[in-house]
Amino acid sequence: MSAVEERFGPYGGRYVPETLIAALDELTDAWAQARDDDAFGERLAQLHRDFIGRPTPLYRAGRLSERVGRTVYLKREDLAHTGAHKINNAIGQGLLAQRMGKLRVIAETGAGQHGVATATVCALLGLECVVYMGTEDIRRQRPNVERMGLLGAEVVPVEAGARTLKEAVSAAIRDWVANVETTHYVIGSVVGPAPFPALVRDLQRVIGDEAREQALAAEGALPARLIACVGGGSNSIGIFTPFVADEEVALIGVEAAGEGLESGRHGASLLAGRTGVLHGSLSAVIADEEGQILEAHSVSAGLDYPGVGPEHAQLRDSGRATYTAVTDAAALAAFGELSRLEGIVPALEPSHAIAWLLENGGGEGYDVLCLSGRGDKDLAEVMELTGA
Amino acid sequence: MPEATLTGVERIAVAFEAARSEGRAALMPYMMAGFPDHESSLAIAAAYADSGADLIELGVPFSDPLADGPTIHAAATAALGAGATLGSALEVCGSVSDRLPVVLMAYVNMVLAHGGAAEFARRAAAAGAAGAIVPDLPLGEAEEVRAALAAAGLALVPLVAPTTPPERRARICAVARGFVYVVSTVGTTGERAELPAALADLVAATKAESEVPVAVGFGISTPEQAAEVGRVADGAIVGSRLVRAAAEAGSPEAAAEAVGAFLRETRVALAG
Ligand SMILES: Cc1ncc(COP(=O)(O)O)c(C=O)c1O
Repeated sequence: MSAVEERFGPYGGRYVPETLIAALDELTDAWAQARDDDAFGERLAQLHRDFIGRPTPLYRAGRLSERVGRTVYLKREDLAHTGAHKINNAIGQGLLAQRMGKLRVIAETGAGQHGVATATVCALLGLECVVYMGTEDIRRQRPNVERMGLLGAEVVPVEAGARTLKEAVSAAIRDWVANVETTHYVIGSVVGPAPFPALVRDLQRVIGDEAREQALAAEGALPARLIACVGGGSNSIGIFTPFVADEEVALIGVEAAGEGLESGRHGASLLAGRTGVLHGSLSAVIADEEGQILEAHSVSAGLDYPGVGPEHAQLRDSGRATYTAVTDAAALAAFGELSRLEGIVPALEPSHAIAWLLENGGGEGYDVLCLSGRGDKDLAEVMELTGA
Repeated sequence: MPEATLTGVERIAVAFEAARSEGRAALMPYMMAGFPDHESSLAIAAAYADSGADLIELGVPFSDPLADGPTIHAAATAALGAGATLGSALEVCGSVSDRLPVVLMAYVNMVLAHGGAAEFARRAAAAGAAGAIVPDLPLGEAEEVRAALAAAGLALVPLVAPTTPPERRARICAVARGFVYVVSTVGTTGERAELPAALADLVAATKAESEVPVAVGFGISTPEQAAEVGRVADGAIVGSRLVRAAAEAGSPEAAAEAVGAFLRETRVALAG
């Protein structure tokens, strides 16, 4: 039984109220056992195949490749059931909750994708589901709110602060502190106290495991670059992980530059943040010199978060991964451009990765870009913002 | 004045011992520095010292207080909105720290952001603080901060929760300085109509393992509840109830008057 990491270099840890420690220990043990348990692995594999529709395709995007002057493959997480990579994590944690006998599940959501994924898994497994969501996100991701209701989940509106993802996570953690004996918290990204960053990474690396095999089969060589957007960091860590040892593969994480890094209105924790604690782990956070967490900003609800997973902070410091950022305006343009070039409407989150690619074409080798979700949820908001 | 030569750890011990020698539990009211504004919080701290507090727990406002319920969360947000900083919180500390021991309640980001734990300890000691409670720094993460505070003579007060396994509770008690803070209920801070029936057993078990006093907080909202806690524990901490009183008062004087009246009544209940 291998250990579930608590730290990534200096980052990570468990900076949470004492009340939660026993549950985090229980979760650590449950995951260490489950991931070595063949029956659990088979059940997860079966659900990957028959429920989520995995493996998702690795699609050679011909017109996009032409446009950027190099070969680009899209890892089609938008085709996963519920429309984003978030289901990979939710299904694994749902099975784990069941295994631990915790029949009430809570989650936070920003874009609503993680909330929908968790509500879906709870319906599948017969678990009670409560999802915390900021009222600003409820406004801009309305279709997903309706889907969660349809799936039988209770969506609890969160009014605090900027009424977005940070406050939704805080509200979920407070619920967990009060109900920890009966409830499992399905956190939606590689953030939070240990063991969550390692657990969610382990559940998302299926993206990278599949992509590596598919890419080698298609091209007979590893990609030159992997490109993924970084909010909390789960789709990016998921695709990066199986390639970390392949030093020749560049790992590129694209954060939200919002209205520009200088404007102070962005979600770029790794590029423009400080070291600090948010939601239970030490990592890069957007904070002032007093240590107060600042509000993030991004046009995409899923990247509108002032923190990031601790393993990314380590990958940044070591130089193994490179982080960059793309503005709201560039992401919005890329949203339209991919739709017209490929007939694929991306979510606003991976539109950031597309936007970076559009500016960084040419050169040797080929790319794999994680298209982490589809854009149906964003249509109304994009129409409003672009006046289309 | 011999008190001045005592370390923070020793001052906490003296305060608990003084209450014990009167046959009652120590009364430790909580307040949020800078709430509703800086002036009022200075008046509230003075009112605490005037109205029977044995120690003060002084909250340092933080943007994302995960251990706190709505009342204290809102107070922190308001204090930050009114311009509170670690520096202004330490001014509140310094305004009463020669009268009674002040224990800072500061989230770990507040401890780390200002040049690290040693610098935090130095500044806290300079403001006369006796110790710190860091509610998001559980056993396993706390060593560096505990050592930095200890080097400045300050106590790092650990928390024990109803969900803490007995074996872990013993390890927490073994490293406790100042006192052990028993969290009464599974949940965040906030007023509660009733305290859990199992609390007395949790306090007794903690006392059996701890060499320092054991105080109870979270949920204590009436003088009667404080008295109930005082029958089993060495100290009672009252938080949200007093923060609400401060919130509802219209001026610094009214806030001081409201919290003072509550504390005097609670002191009588504890002595009964
Ligand atoms: C489609 C999609 N991509 C990316 C993200 C960002 O999260 P992460 O960085 O954890 O992948 C989200 C979050 O809601 C999302 O819905």
